[in-house]
Amino acid sequence: MAIFCAIIANDLRLAWRRGADTLTAVGFFVLAALLFGFGLGGDPSLLARAAAGLIWVTALLASMLALERMFAADFEDGSLDGLMMTDAPLELAVLAKATAHWIATGLPLIVAAPGIGLMLNLPASAFTALTLALLLGTPTLTLIGAIGAALTLGARRGGVLISLLVLPLYIPVLIFGVAATEASLSGAAMDARLMALGGFFLAALALAPFAAAAALRQAVR
Amino acid sequence: MPADTALPRHRLSRFSGKGIACIRGGRVLFAGLGFEVAAGGVLLLTGPNGIGKSSLLRVMAGLLPKAGGQIVIEDGSETDAAYLGHADQLKPELNVRESLAFWSRISGPASSDARAYWLERAIEAFALAPLAELQCRRLSAGQKRRVALARVLATGRALWLLDEPTTSLDAATVRAFETALADHRAAGGIAVIATHGDIRAEGAATLEIARFAGSDLSDPFYRGLSVDAEA
Repeated sequence: MAIFCAIIANDLRLAWRRGADTLTAVGFFVLAALLFGFGLGGDPSLLARAAAGLIWVTALLASMLALERMFAADFEDGSLDGLMMTDAPLELAVLAKATAHWIATGLPLIVAAPGIGLMLNLPASAFTALTLALLLGTPTLTLIGAIGAALTLGARRGGVLISLLVLPLYIPVLIFGVAATEASLSGAAMDARLMALGGFFLAALALAPFAAAAALRQAVR
Repeated sequence: MPADTALPRHRLSRFSGKGIACIRGGRVLFAGLGFEVAAGGVLLLTGPNGIGKSSLLRVMAGLLPKAGGQIVIEDGSETDAAYLGHADQLKPELNVRESLAFWSRISGPASSDARAYWLERAIEAFALAPLAELQCRRLSAGQKRRVALARVLATGRALWLLDEPTTSLDAATVRAFETALADHRAAGGIAVIATHGDIRAEGAATLEIARFAGSDLSDPFYRGLSVDAEA
């Protein structure tokens, strides 16, 4: 547990000093949503109907942007070797790195989302559902992304490869995330959709560290 | 250097392997390789480039799966090993002390007193105090190597696996490293060092030099050879 916390603390300190990962994710999120706003024209009712989907798609792409760096620096500077030789299993280190990555890039997206909701004329009644759905959905995206990031280590143009690997796996989260957000608009119950998102999160939490750790072991050989 | 009486003893008694084989890229790098180092001993790995010194060290560290043979760490476990590869494991954004502290937290002793002891000892041994607050991005290649060596010491681990540790070090730091190595051995530690032998001047006669080469097992030159090698 001490090792788990030490890795999170160290990665957050690195993310804070680097700043670029968080800024690119949030910057991309805001700009892409803005582009959609302009692209769809100034019709507020059209925007309101599309808002939930737009926010989710842009959040998904934004969270994917930073994925490539999750293990890349550790791979390049040899730290990955060190992470494999601690007293704790590598799976735990992967989980710690994914947690730090989510705090640095996923959480800021959730904070920014209501602002983008306002911009896209998403009815205020949907904000709670949007935030809850993002809170359950984005950790899943990070965990799935960890597998992609680990698999593409050392590959040239890994960033492009990650998106091909990871985006198809993002689809269930997208479907239920948008559904949960829109359910709150039509007054339907959102519990079932949120629970499905929670289920995806738990499944990813249980499986992704093992898959990513296995890929990392391959990468350092 | 702290007084020798204050040195905690490592409990490792022996590090040995036999019949070790390694296959990389479909090619047998070496096979039937044996070695044995007792507590306080040093094993130098020498040989031409590409012969498999680095691979053997990674096999010893458990980072690379071996194709055959066994490695035994008596009175210890895999987590007694500290590995220094070609990369220095340093983040440009962290300063020297933070880097060392991080590695000591995740691979050092469990007690915080022991961690603090090893950290201070590592900083002292490699004269890093003046650099302690400097970000690693500002360090020269030799200084980075120095911090990387200090990291091995800071983890307080008993089995050092070092891949050409003196790369780009100045003479003074090489001497500091040799002193640290001598202290490590005095405390019952073990070191396996891949080197081209150019700078190395081990004082003791305890070194066992392993020279090996791989690929064609029928060629006697390519048989795994070391001073105390298993046939």
